[in-house]
Amino acid sequence: MIAEAGLACLWLAAALSLLQLLAGGFSLAGRGEQLASIIRPVAIMQGILVAIAFVMLIWLFLRTDLSVKLVAMNSHSAKPFLYKFAGTWGNHEGSMLLWVTIMGLSGSCIALLEKRLRSDTMIATLAAQAFVSIGFYAFLLFSSNPFERLPSPVPEGQGLNPLLQDPGLAFHPPTLYIGYVGLSVAFSFAVGALITRNVGPVFARAMRPWVLGAWIFLTLGITAGSYWAYYELGWGGWWFWDPVENASLMPWLAATALLHSVSVLATRGALRTWTIMLAVVAFSMSMVGTFLVRSGILTSVHAFAVDPERGSFILALLAIYIGGALALFAIRAATIREGTRFSFFSREGALVLNNVLLTAILGIVLIGTLYPLLTEAMGTKVSVGPPYFNPVGAAFALPMLVVMAAGPLLRWRGDSGRKLINMMALPVLAAAVTLLVVVLFGGRIGILPLLGLILATGLAIASIIPLWGRNLLRTPLNIWGMVIAHLGIAVALFGMASESAFNQEVLVASQPGESHEVGPYTLTFNAIEPVAGPNWTALEANITARVTGSDSSDTLNPQSRNFSSPPTQTSEAALLTRWNGQLYVVLGEENADGRWQLRLWWKPFVTFIWYGGLLIGLGGLLALIGRTVRDIRRRAHDMQDEENEQDQQAGEAAA
Amino acid sequence: MTNWKLWLPFGLFALFFIVVAGGLISPSDRTITSKMIGKPLPAFDLPQAVADRPALSTADFNTGTPRLLNIFASWCVPCIAEAPHLQALSDAGAEINGVAIRDKPEDVAAFLARNGNPYTRIGADNLSSVQLEIGSSGVPETFVVDGQGRITYQHIGDIRASDVPMLLEKLEEAR
Repeated sequence: MIAEAGLACLWLAAALSLLQLLAGGFSLAGRGEQLASIIRPVAIMQGILVAIAFVMLIWLFLRTDLSVKLVAMNSHSAKPFLYKFAGTWGNHEGSMLLWVTIMGLSGSCIALLEKRLRSDTMIATLAAQAFVSIGFYAFLLFSSNPFERLPSPVPEGQGLNPLLQDPGLAFHPPTLYIGYVGLSVAFSFAVGALITRNVGPVFARAMRPWVLGAWIFLTLGITAGSYWAYYELGWGGWWFWDPVENASLMPWLAATALLHSVSVLATRGALRTWTIMLAVVAFSMSMVGTFLVRSGILTSVHAFAVDPERGSFILALLAIYIGGALALFAIRAATIREGTRFSFFSREGALVLNNVLLTAILGIVLIGTLYPLLTEAMGTKVSVGPPYFNPVGAAFALPMLVVMAAGPLLRWRGDSGRKLINMMALPVLAAAVTLLVVVLFGGRIGILPLLGLILATGLAIASIIPLWGRNLLRTPLNIWGMVIAHLGIAVALFGMASESAFNQEVLVASQPGESHEVGPYTLTFNAIEPVAGPNWTALEANITARVTGSDSSDTLNPQSRNFSSPPTQTSEAALLTRWNGQLYVVLGEENADGRWQLRLWWKPFVTFIWYGGLLIGLGGLLALIGRTVRDIRRRAHDMQDEENEQDQQAGEAAA
Repeated sequence: MTNWKLWLPFGLFALFFIVVAGGLISPSDRTITSKMIGKPLPAFDLPQAVADRPALSTADFNTGTPRLLNIFASWCVPCIAEAPHLQALSDAGAEINGVAIRDKPEDVAAFLARNGNPYTRIGADNLSSVQLEIGSSGVPETFVVDGQGRITYQHIGDIRASDVPMLLEKLEEAR
């Protein structure tokens, strides 16, 4: 019954989203004032229904109901509780249901909370949101029904891909999805504003919290995903320029640009057309990402939900929504009033430059990701890797970091160059000192890691200068947010540069009793022991790690795991985290002569990459709280003014 | 801004759509007739790519037995995917020589330790010069070379499980 109830809720939610679209459409066309009044309640109800459907699916997974095809295909009764739960979205159908659930709930939130926007723009926004949802409902109901029953229940499920049986999985996909879907809200706002010709600061302020929220989740999702790939895949790398990784990076780049341009629009009323364009681009990147992952059109180590038929469906949705929005843009953009002009040497100017550079990086990643497809159409198959992405991306990323350091130091409207030079003196000095230190003590390192280290220190200093001379307790939260997010970029960059410059790798064929040195550590290989987990058995190495010359030691236990269902072998790296880096140990196979392959890495400051990611997310959160509180205050203030005005009018009338 | 410029994003998107839809509709025909087939290998003499495998030069192919020449790189994702199938070919008795494209010795060694090492010789092609001369446009690619050093077959893209018997057959034909 649970599955049928879930399916019923899904159909009802789909029907309501159609109603939401029609009501919006008719009321905008000027037919039916009353229709406009139902659109908010309908949006709220739709969100509730789809959320119930999703809860039903979770329930089915928790009970391991093997009469449901999806559960039988992706779960197993012996799976730990957390993975039964997370397994709900560890597959195509479940993750698409999660997608529409988040979409429905965000529709509800707009309907409940958004009060500033002009009512026709609001209606158009909700109608657009419904229009996007309908496509995904259709996708679920017609092509990937998660509640499908099997003719007869199977005795046991097929299990979940062991690589996905990790606490990281419980949080990484939903986090990214909230980010992707949050961008769909920004998209709906943009379409709503285009339809009703209402692109201005009020619209920007209404859209900003959604962009910020989506961006925070994308940041955290990418950070978590990168760390997951780092320790779970056992390759010792944290970014592979894999199509699926790029698929999450591209929306982030677009959202970052959007976040900054929406600020310019909200504060100065400028960059109107550009902001609308970016909102459309950001959501198209989410959809392109989903498409690339699901269609299996590109070879990826991450592809676990590949199906060309689904690919065609998503591509059709992509064509309708993005093609439609871009056509609307082409027709309407000329009618958008030109925003305020501004001088190049100002906060806005820096933000525009940052936007251009971010967009360029986005373009580079997009071209690199799609290039194999392009050449395949011409008959050759290629793989594009770090030799392209790293130098070409850096050519734009490095100048962007310089702009990022300088931008926040400039005032809106216009500023003096002399002041900027004075303020940049300290960051430049810090960068110069880093250069000196690295050249003197760092040994031979590549040009990109060197530039990375220099820029990271310069940017770190520059990013905290906006706090200079302020009363820290009275500094608005959104300033804190900007400072911390920018500092986070510097911290992450430092981690990346340090890892690629000073990473030490040792490959040995070792037998128990032998010692090996890597970085500041001496590792002693003690023994190999068999161990067993809930649904796997493993060979585990016992390794003692000791800072060379010191007494205290730690034990590392890398494993080579064998999962029973589905039968898969994975390698579980053992990590020793210290403030100044990580020791990363992987157990390989046994050689014919009884020696074991061990891969040992010392990665100085590698953890800074993810600490930086967390800082960026925290900065976003602070900005979101700061902006929201400020907006609520402003609204209360406006209402006060209105009441006063009414009182005054009433008084005048009485007189 | 004039109107046609505003249609530019739409145009770019349409282009994207055509490329992707094309890729989706036509499952790529992976058996392309190479211009190199029947021609002798270009002359090259590559240095060693890793310490435990000898270097590779054209002269090594003139031994009378056909073999596979696999173009790969440690930074290439499909190369990871094809590694087990190369191993299967090697287990079935095929001799495989490798050319590592734009790589570093430590990266190649790490790649081989991770994914298995089916190669008897590996040359390092740090400037892609051999890759260009041999008519290979990307990684991974695999050539069947007969005992006189003539190319008899070119396989573009990663080797999948289904390609293994076909490649063994090609090797047999080249005898």
